[in-house]
Amino acid sequence: MVQPLLHLPETPSQTAGPYVHIGLAPNLLGNGGIFPTDLGLSPIRPGAKGEAITITGHVIDGAGMILRDALLESWQADAAGLYPSPHETRGTPDPNVTGWARIIADFDTGLWRLDTIKPGAVALPQGGVMAPHIALWIVARGINIGLQTRICFDDEEEANAACPVLARIEHKARIPTLLAKKTAPGQYRFDIVLQGDNETVFFDM
Amino acid sequence: MSDAPTTGPLLGRNRLWHPPAYTPGYKTSVTRAPHRALIALPSTLSEETGPVFGRDMLGEMDNNLILNFTGQPAVGERIIMHGRVLDENARPVPGVLLEIWQANAGGRYRHKKDGYAAPLDPNFGGCGRTVTNEDGRYEFLTIRPGAYPWPNGVNDWRPMHIHVSVFGYGFGQRLITQMYFEGDPLIKRCPIVNTIPSQEAIDALVAPLDMSMAIPMDCLAYKFDIVLRGRRQTYFENRREGM
Ligand SMILES: [Fe+3]
Repeated sequence: MVQPLLHLPETPSQTAGPYVHIGLAPNLLGNGGIFPTDLGLSPIRPGAKGEAITITGHVIDGAGMILRDALLESWQADAAGLYPSPHETRGTPDPNVTGWARIIADFDTGLWRLDTIKPGAVALPQGGVMAPHIALWIVARGINIGLQTRICFDDEEEANAACPVLARIEHKARIPTLLAKKTAPGQYRFDIVLQGDNETVFFDM
Repeated sequence: MSDAPTTGPLLGRNRLWHPPAYTPGYKTSVTRAPHRALIALPSTLSEETGPVFGRDMLGEMDNNLILNFTGQPAVGERIIMHGRVLDENARPVPGVLLEIWQANAGGRYRHKKDGYAAPLDPNFGGCGRTVTNEDGRYEFLTIRPGAYPWPNGVNDWRPMHIHVSVFGYGFGQRLITQMYFEGDPLIKRCPIVNTIPSQEAIDALVAPLDMSMAIPMDCLAYKFDIVLRGRRQTYFENRREGM
């Protein structure tokens, strides 16, 4: 016998199910009156520094169907690459960037939309600079554990080429699945493909 | 302070303990499961930091699902759902936002897509939230949700359950799960429960009846502790380059 490790296993995940909006976006769903507003309506406040951008997209399943019940959350740095976290040690983050958003795909069209500022590159304390990116977490009925991915930007070629996270993706042909495509000034498109050809890169980080 | 550390690299997820993405017994997962392997990397600042929620954002009734919809009591068996949020090193995690949602006592959700025959309860909204206290503790007052049928197999029923969403301090700790109730015979028949590979992991989602917290002539109690991904903590943390 050996000494026991006092280690607890993480609580196992279960799907968010078809009714996740009852809990996480009750006002949007029409179940008003419980909380004054839904959480995570915007990752920025007026006055946030940086380039205002809009990212839109669909979440698409392995049969090519657009999900109408997907819920995404995003977490990002400010325009200087600093996180709006009390544990940020590299500088003082922009007080008008809260960094976190809850993004609800449209109940009819499945289109989701994030209005934010473009995050800066993130210099890691241990060295290396991550390209500007927005971390995403995706849940829905049929997804047993939330999917982690990142939105990077196709107009950040230099930063992307130097990004230590993108560099760890062996199949270079898959990297474009992480790049939001610029469609107009300040406008990007980012579709998430859950399965099959062109499947988005998902992380375990 | 015995509290969970708020910075540092996250421990890797044990993917054999969690349900895999592809679980044909739960049919919707078949087209929604990524087929490619996940790209496994050490956490970065983007996973190690995350949004912070304070108890000051909470309203008085936010964790009282019996009264928080209309102010008139919901129908059903009154229960306290309580527990602690811990990390994998068994340290309590204060300041964690918990959001829950559930069906009413008849097994019906307040959602336009739920057409189950059980009626809506005009006084039950079905959601609540709270933030863990200094000891990592939380408490909800609610009614025990009913079981309900769902289209998967010909006659599949969900056991009584409460959906739970949890934030740690890092975005990489984000978790959604479901709490089940001790003794429910539908647990072992449920295709969603059975996406979890081991009985031991399933047991971690089954809340025991906790008479020590039940209030006489008022309500029963169920205890549900939640464990978040932990962080590596060592004095020898000298990564110098790259990742
Ligand atoms: Fe449910």
